[in-house]
Amino acid sequence: MNFWTNPIQMTADWLMGTLTGWGMTEVLASILTQLIGIVILISIMLVIDILLVWIERKVVARFQDRLGPNRVGPFGLIQPFADIIKLFIKENITPVGVDKVVYNLAPILSVFSVLILWAIIPLAPAIIGVDLNVGLLYLVAAGAIGTLSIIMAGWSSNNKFALLGAFRQVAAMVSYEIPMVITLLIPTVLAGTMGMLGISEAQGGMWYVFLSPLAALIFLISAVAELGRAPFDLSEGESEVVAGFHIEYSGMKFGWFYAGELLHAFTFGGFWGILFFGGYHFFGLENLGPLVAAAIVLFKALLGYWVIMWIKYTLMRIRIDHMLAFNWKFLVPLSLVVLIVTALLNTLLRDAPVWIMGLSMFLSNALIAWITVEILRGRSRTEREKAEGLAQPVAETVNH
Amino acid sequence: MTILFLITAVVILASAVMVVSSRNLVHAALWLVSALFGVAVLYAMLNAGFMAVVQVVIYIGAIAILFIFAVMLTRREMRDTGPGLNPNWWVSAVVSLLTFGGLAYLLSNWSGFSQTSADLPSGFDAVGALGDALISPDAYVLPFEVASILLVAALVGAVYIAFNPQNGDNHE
Amino acid sequence: MIPLSWYLILSAALFSIGLFGVLARRNAVAILLGVELMLNAVNINLVAFWRYLDPVQMTGQVFTIIVFAVAAAEVAVGLALVISVYRNRKTVVADELDMMKW
Repeated sequence: MNFWTNPIQMTADWLMGTLTGWGMTEVLASILTQLIGIVILISIMLVIDILLVWIERKVVARFQDRLGPNRVGPFGLIQPFADIIKLFIKENITPVGVDKVVYNLAPILSVFSVLILWAIIPLAPAIIGVDLNVGLLYLVAAGAIGTLSIIMAGWSSNNKFALLGAFRQVAAMVSYEIPMVITLLIPTVLAGTMGMLGISEAQGGMWYVFLSPLAALIFLISAVAELGRAPFDLSEGESEVVAGFHIEYSGMKFGWFYAGELLHAFTFGGFWGILFFGGYHFFGLENLGPLVAAAIVLFKALLGYWVIMWIKYTLMRIRIDHMLAFNWKFLVPLSLVVLIVTALLNTLLRDAPVWIMGLSMFLSNALIAWITVEILRGRSRTEREKAEGLAQPVAETVNH
Repeated sequence: MTILFLITAVVILASAVMVVSSRNLVHAALWLVSALFGVAVLYAMLNAGFMAVVQVVIYIGAIAILFIFAVMLTRREMRDTGPGLNPNWWVSAVVSLLTFGGLAYLLSNWSGFSQTSADLPSGFDAVGALGDALISPDAYVLPFEVASILLVAALVGAVYIAFNPQNGDNHE
Repeated sequence: MIPLSWYLILSAALFSIGLFGVLARRNAVAILLGVELMLNAVNINLVAFWRYLDPVQMTGQVFTIIVFAVAAAEVAVGLALVISVYRNRKTVVADELDMMKW
């Protein structure tokens, strides 16, 4: 194997050889090599994070029919660096009465819960941090740590608005974990494994978005709710609870929360691409080499991130009780129905030719979507008639 | 491997001691999170990777957050008042030391006390075998179903007990 | 290699610390924290026995999953009870909850 077919292994072997040549023991050399690999991965992620700040500001500007930052550097590319320098030199105000350890730990845990996700993302068949065979459950566990960091931030700020925003955000995140876990079971059922590499490999024939578009849609909705981005960002709305759980954070600590949120959105765009849009498969282009496959995965992650930004800058904010009712009364039953139908069809049609299974799954998803829309139309019709029934006498006095 | 076990054991026991002796209850709940995380690392060292991840999801992601919410909703004021321990805490200390001594003594009299672990058979798929054991009719499908009924009963019971009729019906 | 005795001693110690928490704490929520520690000690014991005695048979792990489910159910109902008691009596200190009426 030369460098271009297996870059990570070749680099690790070379490093181990050099270190043991200097006289280090095997165990220490392997630990040091793995540490260096982790540091390189985290550094690449944080540099991508800086670019994401620039992408976010340009894209939101274009959605709002303006130009975005274009003064600092060519096309405003130096803008995020200017932002970071500004955040670093700002004064770190720590309010009186905060719980110092918890207050300082919360932004660190928030970014920690995003960075550990990159250990299981398969950038190529040969480039993956660690191939856990319970990778999808690891994704949910990292989300749980993120939830913990938000409530730590909200409570330790010694501020009622922060606590209220944190409560709402955590209630929404814990509620939307359920449809996320249920829709994560659908690629598991279709691929037969929970490992990310296995799911990417199994999409060589047909991407899962064609087999189960409803699952992709529900995963996207619950991922946006997990991220705490609009339209589910009630806890961060300036007009509702000032800035939610990060009111009392200034300077680089707020920078960590902000950068962590953008990187989290990019990571979930990546997961959407890997789980439903084929991962590193792109009509055979990935066979050119692992670096091409990694570029394909990052490109799909950027596309997913663009869809998440599109949703954010188009839709309005949803009220907290509407958000929770939407989850418990609509998303959970719908995702359960999709899971049951997908599992049934997968078992019944396991030996049938591929195009029959694909077509029947797609048609079953379309049928479920149509039935849901019909039920919703019927409900909204009864509500509209009820509302119009009340307003009927007033309307009749107007001459036609 | 031994060093990792010793570090994890020290973290678990130190966090547990801080849980039971912290006066600030939110700190106690956060120390519980640290102890639970140490237990998850322990499961990973015992080749039970699925257990480790499920521990993080269920205990840290749901139960610890439930504890933090409950602590915040049951305080008379924002600060913590009063001693954390009973007046008779020394009796509890004696009882727990006796329990530990008794358990250690009983276990050390067992013949298999100091055995080392055999290697797992190669290609052993723990997650697949666990799935088979949970749903196969001559394995453990009945306890699995009874556990899910228990969870539904607990869900209904908890919602009913904690339901506040004052502000439970102000939407539609 | 790590002998089984280390895991068993660790879980016995964790169980005793949890027992101390249950018996000696005043706040009802803190008592439930001690119960959680005891349940985790039991789980460590079960998984260690699964790994060391017979890893091919999945009984230990199945038992552990049932204990996870039972612990979650017990915490949910217990904390609901504590919150309901707090609403009625305005206190969760175990020493002050000693009369059935008023």
